[in-house]
Amino acid sequence: MSSVSRIILQRLGLGILTLFIVSIVIFIAVNLLPGDFAQLVLGQGATPEAVEAIRKDLGLDQGLIPRYFQWLGGVLVGDLGNSFANANFASFVGTNANVTAPTVAEQIAPRFEATLFLAGVTAAIAVPLSLTLGILAALYRNSIFDRVTNVFTLSSISSPEFFLAYILILFLAVMNPLLPSLSNIHDGLPFGERLTRTLLPALTLTLAVTAQMMRMTRAAIINLLASPYIEMARLKGLSPLRVIVTHALPNALAPIITVIALNLAYLITGVVVVEVVFVYPGIGQLFVDSVKIRDIPLVQACCLIFAAAYILLNLTADVLSILSNPRLRHPK
Amino acid sequence: MTRISRRGLLKSGAAAGVLAATGMPSFAMGKRGGTLRLGLAGANTSDSWDSRTHSDSFMIMAAHGAVFDTLTEVSASGELVGELAESWEASPDAVTWTFKLRKGVTFHNGKSFGADDVIASLNMHTAEGAKSAAKPIVSAITEMTKLGEHEVQMTLQAGNADFPFLLSDYHICMFPAGQIEEAIAQGIGTGLYKVESFDPGVRTLLSRVDSHYKDGKAGWFDSVEMIAINDASARMNALMTGQVDAVNRVDFKTEPLMKANPMINIFEVTGNQHFTFPMLTNLSPFDNVNVRKALKHAINRQEMVDKILLGHGAVANDIPIGPANQYFAADLPMNEYDPDKAKSLLKSAGLDGLSVDLSASDAAFPGAVDAAQLYQASAKAAGINLNVVQEPADGYWSNVWLKKPWCACYWSGRATEDWMFSTAYESGVPWNDTGWENARFQELLLTARAELDATKRRDMYTEMQALMSSEGGTVIPMYANYVDAHSVKLTNSGTIGNVFQMDSSRLIERWWFA
Repeated sequence: MSSVSRIILQRLGLGILTLFIVSIVIFIAVNLLPGDFAQLVLGQGATPEAVEAIRKDLGLDQGLIPRYFQWLGGVLVGDLGNSFANANFASFVGTNANVTAPTVAEQIAPRFEATLFLAGVTAAIAVPLSLTLGILAALYRNSIFDRVTNVFTLSSISSPEFFLAYILILFLAVMNPLLPSLSNIHDGLPFGERLTRTLLPALTLTLAVTAQMMRMTRAAIINLLASPYIEMARLKGLSPLRVIVTHALPNALAPIITVIALNLAYLITGVVVVEVVFVYPGIGQLFVDSVKIRDIPLVQACCLIFAAAYILLNLTADVLSILSNPRLRHPK
Repeated sequence: MTRISRRGLLKSGAAAGVLAATGMPSFAMGKRGGTLRLGLAGANTSDSWDSRTHSDSFMIMAAHGAVFDTLTEVSASGELVGELAESWEASPDAVTWTFKLRKGVTFHNGKSFGADDVIASLNMHTAEGAKSAAKPIVSAITEMTKLGEHEVQMTLQAGNADFPFLLSDYHICMFPAGQIEEAIAQGIGTGLYKVESFDPGVRTLLSRVDSHYKDGKAGWFDSVEMIAINDASARMNALMTGQVDAVNRVDFKTEPLMKANPMINIFEVTGNQHFTFPMLTNLSPFDNVNVRKALKHAINRQEMVDKILLGHGAVANDIPIGPANQYFAADLPMNEYDPDKAKSLLKSAGLDGLSVDLSASDAAFPGAVDAAQLYQASAKAAGINLNVVQEPADGYWSNVWLKKPWCACYWSGRATEDWMFSTAYESGVPWNDTGWENARFQELLLTARAELDATKRRDMYTEMQALMSSEGGTVIPMYANYVDAHSVKLTNSGTIGNVFQMDSSRLIERWWFA
């Protein structure tokens, strides 16, 4: 077995262990929050009898440990269960059958797809943009261009996302109605329309993630520019751009890939504020809603997806870093 | 439709003038067509078509206001009209009610509507383990008898003159008997609009049914897109940029900006929604009626309306009955802000000063903590040391309300006096958040409930409101308006309902594109 595939397998094994631990931590954390599903969903109408009735239906009256293992048992055979909200409310019409309630998987699938679409569009804009800016900044370092790029990206990363979002809405939707301020995409929307509606949130996120990737590209390249082989290349009379793109960049790829992977993971897990501002039906909104009402099956499923996204993207980053480095590719 | 005789028209000069000017009858008529796009707050991912669980504006508008029908309906001008019930009559003691149902009505799946559906739909609320907010209404029915395919008789535990009013409640929608699960899953009702797609907490798409018993009276849009926009700024932006035609719950802070926009109209009604500070009157010092009176005179109501509601409301007089109620006692003596009077009331309670805790959180109502602090400042002048305890919003209703001696709370109000009183002020009911016991109040409550004579009822309800205002255990400083906004492309009959926001949540049925 080649060393790379051994590493992948090892890391996948560790990843599954991590997911298991994450699920325990989330389960305990959600239970530590004040109030439970029954109380929160009933709100002002939370009479003791009604709370008791809901708890009993959902098995919330059982201990923490049996409930966890019940959930885990389901997950191991691929059943994420039903969300409390659906399990609870579609029933009691004289019969207890709740045959038509959507499962957690069915609830999450369209939301996760929307999140991936937004992350994809953002990445398609942000990654080439920040790489180009980073390379150019390294090439013309300490020039006006370098400074302007730095100031711009650093100030956009330092502003809260909702602020960036409102600024973009102001300029691109209200003052110049170029793009819609509502990104309520849904099934059956033609791809072009879907893309137009996703552009504003994607641009907001681009502003939020570009700085880190661009700075890392710039730093990694500049770091290498002092190496003897770069000096050699320069002495050969190569143009500065060629020195950077063909000599420095391949050796700077590892840290850049890691930073890109981290930012992609962020795009999948951390964009709830942008989703709210643009009314984008992504998974973040669903996650926050379900934490609010302590809908444990949904919270758990979302957390597993978030954790898995981090693990897989980090794994991908590591594998790509290894592949980009011949010394790591063929260890002695 | 009313037929206007020539003489009748001539008698009414104003109508004739309008008729001459526009060539149209004086009553407003809608125009069919178009897709209405609504941006609505109050949507949740846990939403379903189960009307028993509805509590927020999105689903109330979708179910009660478009897809489903109830037996009775409160019209925009406030009177009770039949929706699925054509007519009803009561026995003289208001115990037995007979409803004649509309004929030829079908559900969206083709099933025809009849007496069995009424009985099954009402039974949903009392089914074993059901958690319906309308349970108290329905459980008062002891017997339901099908007198014919389109006639149902209901016998109540005790007389209730408001019973048909109660059946207009948005929880009591009519579902198809035997297909209730299916109807809850897919949204199958008898309403003007049927469900095309339903994505809870995100988007709901409705289309007009081909023919309906309300044809020519309501249901002008061809289709409706309801978009969940819980974020206030996003909602206002969507209307400003023309992506939706109407929004609910206008953000008071940006309201002046929207008002300045010529493409947008704000519509605002004062209904029964009110914000309260209930005290547990079985605990010291709130068990002393003079302390309660002192606290009522230590609050500056107008200041609350101006600063907390930014003017979008009206002062209230410590009664939970509002301008949208039939027997609202608007001319009771007002509990004015009067620190000296409060001081002397405290003295008659045998106290020099008073120090009390007031628990508040913005979960109670938006701005509740600020309101409590304003109260603190105004009470200081009366020698009352009011200590504001800020409670976490999470679990407020289960840990603070009904538990802490004095807290902030809100009520959306009820369509009838009896309903409001028996929900929260009748002795012994679970939501009685003051524990206030008053024999005369209780006696009047029971007598008025079974009384069919409107004049007598008005007298009794006025006396009850006077009792509550002077001695009751809750401070109710203000009614909060329902403030919504729409694009000038939309228009309506000119009368807007005030039972709930968005034209009593029936905007979809009642409005049209100009």
